[in-house]
Amino acid sequence: MGNTINLKIFRLDPENARHEPYYQTYTVKTKPGMTVLEALFNVLDEQDGTLSFRYSCRWAICGSCAMTLNGKCRLACKTQISEYRGTLTIEPLPGLDIIKDLVVDLEPFFNNYRKIKPYLVPEGMPDKENIQMQEDVDLIEPHIKCILCAVCETSCPISWTSREKYIGPMALTKVYRFNRDTRDAGGKERLEVVRGEDGVWRCRTIFRCTEYCPKNIPITEAIQFLKRKSVFK
Amino acid sequence: MQPVFHPVLVIGGGLAGLRAAIEAKKYCDVAVLSMVYPVRSHSCAAQGGVNAPLGNVPEGRDDTWEKHAYDTVKGSDFLADQDAVEILTKEASERVYEMEHWGTPFSRTPEGRIAQRPFGGAGFPRTCYAEDTTGHALLHTMNEQSVKNNIRVYPERFVLSLVVRNRRAVGAIAWNMQTGKLEAYAAHSIVLATGGAGRIYSKTTNSLIMSGSGMFLAFRAGVALKDMEFMQFHPTTLYRTNILLTEGSRGEGGYLINSRGERFMERYAPSMMELAPRDIVARSIITEIKEGRGINNGYVYLDLRHLGEKMIDERLPGVRELCLNFIGLDPVKEPIPVQPAQHYTMGGIDCNVNGETEIAGLYAVGECSCVSVHGANRLGGNSLLETLVFGKCVGESASDFAVREQGSGENKIDRVILDAIEQEYKKTNEKMKGREGAEKPASIRRDLGQLMVKKAGIFRQEDLLREAIDGVSELSLRFKNVHVSSGTVYNLDLLHAFELEAMLSLAEVIAKGAFLRKESRGSHYRTDYPERDDANFLKHTIARYTPDGIKIEYRDVMISKFKPEKRVY
Ligand SMILES: Cc1cc2nc3c(=O)[nH]c(=O)nc-3n(C[C@H](O)[C@H](O)[C@H](O)COP(=O)(O)OP(=O)(O)OC[C@H]3O[C@@H](n4cnc5c(N)ncnc54)[C@H](O)[C@@H]3O)c2cc1C
Ligand code: SF4
Ligand code: FES
Repeated sequence: MGNTINLKIFRLDPENARHEPYYQTYTVKTKPGMTVLEALFNVLDEQDGTLSFRYSCRWAICGSCAMTLNGKCRLACKTQISEYRGTLTIEPLPGLDIIKDLVVDLEPFFNNYRKIKPYLVPEGMPDKENIQMQEDVDLIEPHIKCILCAVCETSCPISWTSREKYIGPMALTKVYRFNRDTRDAGGKERLEVVRGEDGVWRCRTIFRCTEYCPKNIPITEAIQFLKRKSVFK
Repeated sequence: MQPVFHPVLVIGGGLAGLRAAIEAKKYCDVAVLSMVYPVRSHSCAAQGGVNAPLGNVPEGRDDTWEKHAYDTVKGSDFLADQDAVEILTKEASERVYEMEHWGTPFSRTPEGRIAQRPFGGAGFPRTCYAEDTTGHALLHTMNEQSVKNNIRVYPERFVLSLVVRNRRAVGAIAWNMQTGKLEAYAAHSIVLATGGAGRIYSKTTNSLIMSGSGMFLAFRAGVALKDMEFMQFHPTTLYRTNILLTEGSRGEGGYLINSRGERFMERYAPSMMELAPRDIVARSIITEIKEGRGINNGYVYLDLRHLGEKMIDERLPGVRELCLNFIGLDPVKEPIPVQPAQHYTMGGIDCNVNGETEIAGLYAVGECSCVSVHGANRLGGNSLLETLVFGKCVGESASDFAVREQGSGENKIDRVILDAIEQEYKKTNEKMKGREGAEKPASIRRDLGQLMVKKAGIFRQEDLLREAIDGVSELSLRFKNVHVSSGTVYNLDLLHAFELEAMLSLAEVIAKGAFLRKESRGSHYRTDYPERDDANFLKHTIARYTPDGIKIEYRDVMISKFKPEKRVY
């Protein structure tokens, strides 16, 4: 109790004529259980109304609040302030254009999503539901939990360096999610999209996506699976 | 300024908005404007499930739409319109099957059918679920379908006003938060699907973006708001953050404990104890806190420790995770601090079963609307269903309207309409400037939230509600002196000021409706009128904005099959 933390926050205002990035440090009184998102609101509400960041659900289900916390891409709402001492550096997700402060342009990320037919291609249309066994749901259980937060993609050094090319870990996870769904018949087409050098083969199994995914999705494993599928038709 | 034209414009990218857009797209072009990317919408936060009388589990075999309808009407304390409830329940199964066909990863029965669980107020296990993240599963499926159907989405556009000409909706003005520019949109028909207004209460399970701004848009455009005094409160939410803790935590045997270590439900519901209906548990917790048996004067404990680590991990892993991540506490070792909080907005934009409002070409659907299927109290699992069933209906009627309009004239916007849009654009642009003032939006918002919790919350009575009304008008005065930092690119200060304006206006409607409703019904509990009064109040509250203040009238409820009886469980 009575503790404080310094938030060293990356700032960039496109409307400011200088248009140069800088860091600004704010001191926030911490409370037990306080999250980084709450601390940001403390800055916004009490200290500086010009700070910009994204938020919505505040419990790691909407995917809005990913940002860089002391160099790691994380969800601000799912990170306790008590993990840090002294100064916490907060920056936008790396590798994407900055709109303002901690808000980045997610269009390239969502474009990767749109590329891979991110929807079920039905096999048939039964009168009632498709029969699917719980074991089959469990097969894709972690992958259906994806919240499209972009942490995997912005943690991946390959994505940083070949943004124009690499389709990225999220899109590949989606391919896995649909291709392994027993109700789906679109696997071949999706695999066609990702089987080349800008797809699965650009992944060098660095595992950072898997390490940082806030939903604990075994992303690299899914990509390895797709690599095998791409070889053995 | 050249407006962007789409025959149908949907405002809101949650389940209701996307479903409406997908339906409309079958008949004409459509676009979605949303203040967040669609998958960030509040719909993704729904946990428990969606109701449909599929009869997939043995205990539910005899379930029918009529039984579902009865439970819904009884749950609503007979304030729901029964024609609307009939549509909701008759179409439930078809809509849930449709979501399954579209790819929603529902949990399954041993036979591989959609799994169903029991939910409060339902005679049968009819709540279909995808683990404890059903809303996320449904919203992602719906988003996937919108990609498949090539639906144009304009994300991070906050709609600031509707353009209405001769009682006919013709366009909307939106703030593009990414560029900071105002944008004008023209349309033949406009669908509002902007969700609930929970953030008017400082304690709420709702996402941080749920200010009710869409209800305010309609209200200011001349559409009445219906039954706004009916707010559902959930008994067990995490202390401080008010993140929802599933009803399952009590269902699996959790105890509610006060500061003296007593299982206090013994005093209020000795036979059902912790499993009594939501509103009773919520009122009991508040009573304990009020009478000094809360902890730190703000919460009670939900104790799971006696269940043991193994059982907690098996049955309630989500609860443990939420506690660890969001308040840094392990329920295996410590009791969880919980308190009741606002959860669902039953009232909303007055519309009929086709979503039509009193302004031609303007429609409403989802939590922002009031058809009404929830009446005075919503059953868990019925609101996700509402977004699916009425999303489809409203998408259809809005596109019908647009196609008819298109047929009559060429696909060009009339000069007079362009003028009306231009005028509204200019007027709105004035509001985009920073303002020098002494009040921070956040401090007014905080005071409003606390006022509503204290004076128009779970327990209501005449003097408190009068204080609520007076309090809101004081805050509205303070709002005149609000400080807004300048800049228009992703300016949260500006966003919060816009939201606050809506919240203040809606808070007044809520407080006045509650003040005038001198009875207790469903979620609306008056300590000074503890009984339901069908003779005087089996009626919808209809609130209208006028330049001289809010006008309140009443409208009869549509009753067909089910005659009002006492709501006892
Ligand atoms: C924690 C929690 C759990 C729940 N669990 C369940 C459950 O188990 N079962 C159930 O049936 N119901 C549940 N509900 C209720 C249910 O989730 C909601 O009622 C439902 O999802 C509302 O959907 P919607 O499409 O109407 O609105 P939302 O999903 O809230 O979408 C609103 C949309 O409108 C947009 N918007 C708002 N204002 C503007 C504006 N001015 N300009 C532009 N865009 C705007 C937003 O960006 C958003 O896209 C739960 C609710 C909560 C809070
Ligand atoms: S896979 Fe994980 S890290 Fe990547 S977008 Fe989905 S939830 Fe985020
Ligand atoms: S605010 Fe939704 S994920 Fe953090």
